[in-house]
Amino acid sequence: MFDWMVWTTPVAVFFICIALMLAGMTVWEIKSPTTLRKGFLPIATTRGDRLFIGLLIAAYINLAFVGLAGKFAEWLQLEQEPSVWISFAVSIAVLALVMRKG
Amino acid sequence: MNDNRTLPRTLFLVVYIVFALLPIYWMINMSFKTNEEILSSFTFFPQHFTWDNYKTIFTDASWYSGYINSLIIVAINMTISICVALPAAYAFSRYSFLGDKHLFFWLLTNRMTPPAVFLLPFFQLYTTLGLMDTHIAVALAHLVFNVPLAVWILEGFMSGVPREIDETAYIDGYSFPRFFLTIFLPLIKAGVGVAAFFCFMFSWVELLLARTLTSVDAKPIVATMTRTVSAAGMDWATLAAAGVLTIVPGAIVIWFVRHYIAKGFAMGRV
Amino acid sequence: MSTIKPVNQKAWWLVLPVVVCVAFSAVLPLMTVVNYSLQDIISPERRVFVGTEWFAAAMRDEELHSALWRQLTFSLAVLTVEIPLGIMLALSMPAKGWKASAVLVVVALSLLIPWNVVGTIWQIFGRADIGLLGAMLQKMGFDYNYTGNATHAWLTVLVMDVWHWTPLVALLCYAGLRSIPDAYYQAARIDGASRFAVFRYIQLPKMRGVLMIAVLLRFMDSFMIYTEPFVLTGGGPGNATTFLSEYLTQKAVGQFDVGPAAAFSLIYFLIILLLCFILYNWMQRVGTADKEGAGHE
Repeated sequence: MFDWMVWTTPVAVFFICIALMLAGMTVWEIKSPTTLRKGFLPIATTRGDRLFIGLLIAAYINLAFVGLAGKFAEWLQLEQEPSVWISFAVSIAVLALVMRKG
Repeated sequence: MNDNRTLPRTLFLVVYIVFALLPIYWMINMSFKTNEEILSSFTFFPQHFTWDNYKTIFTDASWYSGYINSLIIVAINMTISICVALPAAYAFSRYSFLGDKHLFFWLLTNRMTPPAVFLLPFFQLYTTLGLMDTHIAVALAHLVFNVPLAVWILEGFMSGVPREIDETAYIDGYSFPRFFLTIFLPLIKAGVGVAAFFCFMFSWVELLLARTLTSVDAKPIVATMTRTVSAAGMDWATLAAAGVLTIVPGAIVIWFVRHYIAKGFAMGRV
Repeated sequence: MSTIKPVNQKAWWLVLPVVVCVAFSAVLPLMTVVNYSLQDIISPERRVFVGTEWFAAAMRDEELHSALWRQLTFSLAVLTVEIPLGIMLALSMPAKGWKASAVLVVVALSLLIPWNVVGTIWQIFGRADIGLLGAMLQKMGFDYNYTGNATHAWLTVLVMDVWHWTPLVALLCYAGLRSIPDAYYQAARIDGASRFAVFRYIQLPKMRGVLMIAVLLRFMDSFMIYTEPFVLTGGGPGNATTFLSEYLTQKAVGQFDVGPAAAFSLIYFLIILLLCFILYNWMQRVGTADKEGAGHE
């Protein structure tokens, strides 16, 4: 049935994480409804908005990192291109920051 | 206002209108010429006025079946879009619920995503389902941008209906389906018309998905029109006639919703 | 009438059909694209997980870069021409009477023509041998040929887009202008304000909201332009008018490079997502500003 989607484990894990996040946000929202507030982002946001903005920024960070990985390897004279886990960690940190202070 | 102020504006307007109409006129002009006339002489009016190009389209199966296929696709798509969009638009315009804003935004993103992004998976999906080269495949594929659009337009119209009407009806003991069908729907029929019109438009003209998902049996007119090169070179006259005919259904629909088109565009919803 | 909508979680049931529909035609494909983008698919049975290789390749693809630059230049050109032209058009459109409706219909006409026919119209109109525009330019001494000359092709696509979409900008601005009460103009006349002052301090501020929407809509739509240039030039000559959608389609359907095409699709999608988010928030802001403005009057 879902063969045509050619699933791989990392992608499955990724989407399960997203689904869990949405479920978690829903539960959190029911337990304690969010309020609109203004952080360092230019617009007033709710928790859901911040999650979205955070994820979007995280995606852009990872993309930029992948794009520039070759350059990084040149500048720092590394044997191989740096691992994507670095940018992943950075993006998670940014996501957390946006969620807390955005 | 004195005249020397308005004159440049009128002039500008006239120039723009000429610019707007001339290309359309040229196509209509051409559709009444023969290919020989098009290629040999250069005239503002057809010298040998002919209906032959239209006759070709109405008698040649490879042409007219394109129109029929397009109409079937659009009809299926329009029906599904409006039917699922109506309740959703009502929910968005009347209630607030968990995640409503995000859901609305998500719908909007689908309207804005280039169909090219979905091209590959659609091809695989419909091959797997065995729906390649069927009307239903294209109609379903077009839902991706038409459903959000319909929800968006309908929500705008529904928000213009005061909520007191709903409340009064419920107090009077109307059930939701009965209220919706007998009271609410007639109030927003203009909105339904506009939404249907735009669903019609966008499904009617969509080229990329329609071309990729069909080959022979369900090939819509837009895809047919991209291959008019015959052995004798481009068949300009027939192409022009086909173009004119493609505008016609839209023009008929416009006539019915003419008062609301500007509103639909002006809300920036298209 | 209270403006706060009642909370009703049962409304989800009404939204459910839409969610199912769109999930089927948008979420499933999107998930698939993510899957594709991480694998080298030789055949359904033979596929290799390649990690971020395709993304790296896409980010470093020279052709993609040039397509992106072409796209950006085109979108910016579209904005610089269409926005001022649209404003001017909206300002010159009559405000009342049968003339107003007639002009409105004529102006809106090009918006309602199927996109591929727009391509066809200009294909015919621009040809040097049979088209009015092409022939006139030839007469005037320009060696105009949009099928052979890259610059001409690019300009023709631009003019076609201007012809096609300026009315949208004009209609949006027109709607904005109509919301200005006559009292403002009267006050301006008493003050002896110049035409430009009226535009700068009364009309422009009122149009600001719709204008921003127009800018974003035009930017996004021109960013995903496909049908019109495909019909008109097929992306050529060379790749002078190969914009992002066209490039992606060539990769996906023409060469069947599933992995790179999928990675590229996702990057494209991310750009659109960002633009969309800005647009959505801006429209919300304009919406609330309008309501507040209406409340004050």
